[in-house]
Amino acid sequence: MRQPLIGAPLDRVEGGEKVTGRTVFTADVVLPGMVHGVVVTSSVANGRIRSIDAKDALALPGMLGVMTHENAPRVNAGGSPPMPSLLFLLQNDAVQFDRQPVAVVVAETFEDATRGAELVRVAYDAIAPEMDLETAPAYVPEQIFGEPADRHRGDPRAAFSAAHVRLEQTYRTPTEHHNPLETHGTIAAWAGDRLTLYDSTQWAFGVRARMATVFGIEPELIHVIAPFVGGAFGSKGQPWSHVALAAMAAKMMDRPVKVLATRPQMFAWVGHRPQTEQKLSIGCSRDGRLQSVIHETTSETSAADDYVEPCGVFSRGLYAVPNYAMSHELRRLNISKPTYMRAPGEATGSFALESAMDELAYELGMDPLELRLRNYAQTDPDSGKPYTSKALRECYRLAAERFDWKRRNPEPRSTRDGRLLTGLGMATASGGSFRSHADVRIRMHADGTVVVSTGTIEQGTGSPTAYAQIAAEILGVPYERVRFEFGDTSLPYAPLAAGSQTSSSVGSAVTVAAQRLRERLAESGGRVPPDGIEINVEEKPRPEEDDYAQASFGAHFVEVAVDPDLGSVRVMRFVAAFGAGRIINAKLAESQFLGGIVWGISMALFEETRFDLRTGRIMNANLADYLVPTNGDIPPVEIIMAEEDDQHVNPAHVKGIGEVAMTGSAAAVANAVYHATGVRVRDLPITAEKLLGGARR
Amino acid sequence: MKPFAFVRAPSGPAALSAMASNSRASFVAGGTSVLDLMKIAVEEPDVLVDINALPLRSIERRGDVLLIGALARMSDVASDAGVRELFPMLASALEQSASPQLRNMASIGGNLMQRTRCPYFRDVATPCNKRSPGSGCGAIGGVNRSEAVLGTSSACIATHPSDLAVALRALDAVVHVTGSKGDRDIAFAEFYCLPSETPHVETTLARGELVSGLSVPLPAAGVRSAYVKARDRAECEFASASAAVELDMAGQTIRSARIALGGVATVPWRSPQAESALAGAAASCDAYERAARAAFAAARGFGGNDFKIELGRRTLVRALEMAASS
Repeated sequence: MRQPLIGAPLDRVEGGEKVTGRTVFTADVVLPGMVHGVVVTSSVANGRIRSIDAKDALALPGMLGVMTHENAPRVNAGGSPPMPSLLFLLQNDAVQFDRQPVAVVVAETFEDATRGAELVRVAYDAIAPEMDLETAPAYVPEQIFGEPADRHRGDPRAAFSAAHVRLEQTYRTPTEHHNPLETHGTIAAWAGDRLTLYDSTQWAFGVRARMATVFGIEPELIHVIAPFVGGAFGSKGQPWSHVALAAMAAKMMDRPVKVLATRPQMFAWVGHRPQTEQKLSIGCSRDGRLQSVIHETTSETSAADDYVEPCGVFSRGLYAVPNYAMSHELRRLNISKPTYMRAPGEATGSFALESAMDELAYELGMDPLELRLRNYAQTDPDSGKPYTSKALRECYRLAAERFDWKRRNPEPRSTRDGRLLTGLGMATASGGSFRSHADVRIRMHADGTVVVSTGTIEQGTGSPTAYAQIAAEILGVPYERVRFEFGDTSLPYAPLAAGSQTSSSVGSAVTVAAQRLRERLAESGGRVPPDGIEINVEEKPRPEEDDYAQASFGAHFVEVAVDPDLGSVRVMRFVAAFGAGRIINAKLAESQFLGGIVWGISMALFEETRFDLRTGRIMNANLADYLVPTNGDIPPVEIIMAEEDDQHVNPAHVKGIGEVAMTGSAAAVANAVYHATGVRVRDLPITAEKLLGGARR
Repeated sequence: MKPFAFVRAPSGPAALSAMASNSRASFVAGGTSVLDLMKIAVEEPDVLVDINALPLRSIERRGDVLLIGALARMSDVASDAGVRELFPMLASALEQSASPQLRNMASIGGNLMQRTRCPYFRDVATPCNKRSPGSGCGAIGGVNRSEAVLGTSSACIATHPSDLAVALRALDAVVHVTGSKGDRDIAFAEFYCLPSETPHVETTLARGELVSGLSVPLPAAGVRSAYVKARDRAECEFASASAAVELDMAGQTIRSARIALGGVATVPWRSPQAESALAGAAASCDAYERAARAAFAAARGFGGNDFKIELGRRTLVRALEMAASS
């Protein structure tokens, strides 16, 4: 009997190529006549460019030119006063953040362009930057992700005042940078008024639309090709300045131009997770029933946009609490534009809420897991709708059993292993599930091979493998005979590969397309005509899906060992369970969950972008000083996938898996550190100095 | 990166004369330090003189010292049976340094000569008296979590980054140097310079001199040692604080101690104050704490690195405990 393909832990189709270095990423593409652009960035965070001296750079051999605000082609950089531009395209002399693009040096070789960039001397009239989240002027944004920034249900203030048990605490998360392994990069080539862009992006169609606006041309004149993407995590969700700068330089030099961001430039103009300050006020009955949750978020944004880190989206629907309010406030600093970073709002919001829930459990003298079960939301508290599926109760049970949570001594600082203090912590994970319009073309050739085509991108999640599995399963053909074609705006439309929506969106379109092809085959008695069969599908969310709330859930359980003398934390074991609808490929799904957990540990213990507050300069813009975990920092991680037969969510029966594991994981680590040491760290990352005071044995 | 010439020196004299013929020449061995600094424009030599062909890679016992060639790789020394037997503290310091990839390339001489990780030193867009004398110290009043609390001056608070040099400082190693005026030996105590008003002068090497190797006196029978390193992650990270300790004990009494500290000072930091606090004392937590307080009595924090004073004390106490019980 044939094994089902859906769920099978198949190796990714491109795996062999990737581990032998043969996969082509944007930086690997070479076009005939192509030259190299290197971006020069500002060394001040606020002010104006007084002068640019490119004499020494231009004197180098192989130098083609230096593009500055004085000679750059005029384009539409977006924005209007008081925001001079949304992209930084050398249209004026304003400098608004550290490492803002101020020039592009173009040379025959990358090495010459790099050297030229070092020799460009820029003088500034600098102004003291605004860098303090506490004192910068605050304002309330109109919207977050197209919704009101503030909302409430019930009477949260009154319910909080009336509650028997009240907790009020403030939690802080620092600025963090994505740093995918593959840095950003673009190659631009003009042929007349037609523009071809190779770009490392999460959304080829988004790049096309934005560049059409920048250059004032029809989108159809722009062809975007996105080869394999080496990680993105939200940082490649929109085209940043270098995409347009490459095209501007290509126009100016009349040659194809490649522009790559260096690793330090990954801290420059390509987005980051903004720092947040979150106040939680929780009112609760003595038996642990939540009466009121008020979640107030302040986050930084730049001089050029209104990006909101939507922390409230995590707290508004997680627990059955009758009275709730969320609000979001922004502070404008001289920083680069913040943006979505894996589980935007949810990663940060969950650190605050799930830390606060842990604090509340100690306050009540209740097991933290029991407190969560007591407030379990059977229906979505925010919309009142039933969930398409929700196996969170099962996740708690499965992970707690595997972890042996019941061995936990409720007393903090009660368990030792030699010199070390050990502690156990847990937290809930939750990630919204969405889908958007996605088109797919599926072709069966006379020889029985199948090609599935759509313009989505592959950023390491394994789309070519997963979608071939779906098509092969539905069509009953061997998996090896299905090929997936992607990463090109000449293919059918696909949405932004972010928000954990790609499998829901593209996977549903592939499902529907394969089903229609199967029907067509049945009509023809299984015969494929010599020129094959082609089906085109435009798949959009259906009205009935809106009758339900959609989200993936999970539970994290963590053991840490803390050296109380040195303030060092080691994560010893991590067990997590997730309910995320149908799993298409267990191996790829496990990678997604694992990645979220590793990053959660990283967020808890390591990551922090450090600014010189006097100058706005980032002082750790590299991967030696901006810490991420090494292998030695990551313990064995056990992932359990709870079964969910979701018949309501979408035709593919899948929910988001890319972000849910990133939520709650940092809080689970922090909660375990508290259990080990009795020290509650409310501002990430948990570094030695925060534990030394109270951690002494 | 600024273009540079690359010269392979076939012999010591050839290396010295290549160096002497250009005032902007630099030696290169493993390259893990100088190439890194060239990529970020902190060092811009005109000529790199490759010394890898010089016969300076051996590790051997000679009389009452262990002789380590300057071109021995960190991994060579860490895995050397003699080093592991005679100087476990040295092997431990090396194994806790950098990453395996870097240890396979980085030479012992280069390790001694490595520059600070101070973020201002490494960013040419910021002031730094060490990189650009007279430009000021960005770290004072800035991001200074990684900076030193001992041996600082108003001109510079940059931490010396080496683990190995801390162990060698405790072990009273001697640096062998060759130059156009002949060979000489420099005691480790005389090798590094405090920043004072001239932080760009880091060692007592004369221009053009080459570290050819070092000698480590063999330990007295029965001494106990430990190297403890506190850092922000498990691997591939510089010390927030480290301590190299060697104890000569008679029963439970400490006859004498040799103590050096890393991650907290502008140079590999010997602490005679801590040593005298322990001399003749019974091995006990009280004695260790007393020594730790003495070691950091003159320490001064700059805000972000205040925690290093307490962390440094605790790291030293841990090293003393480990050495005594080893």
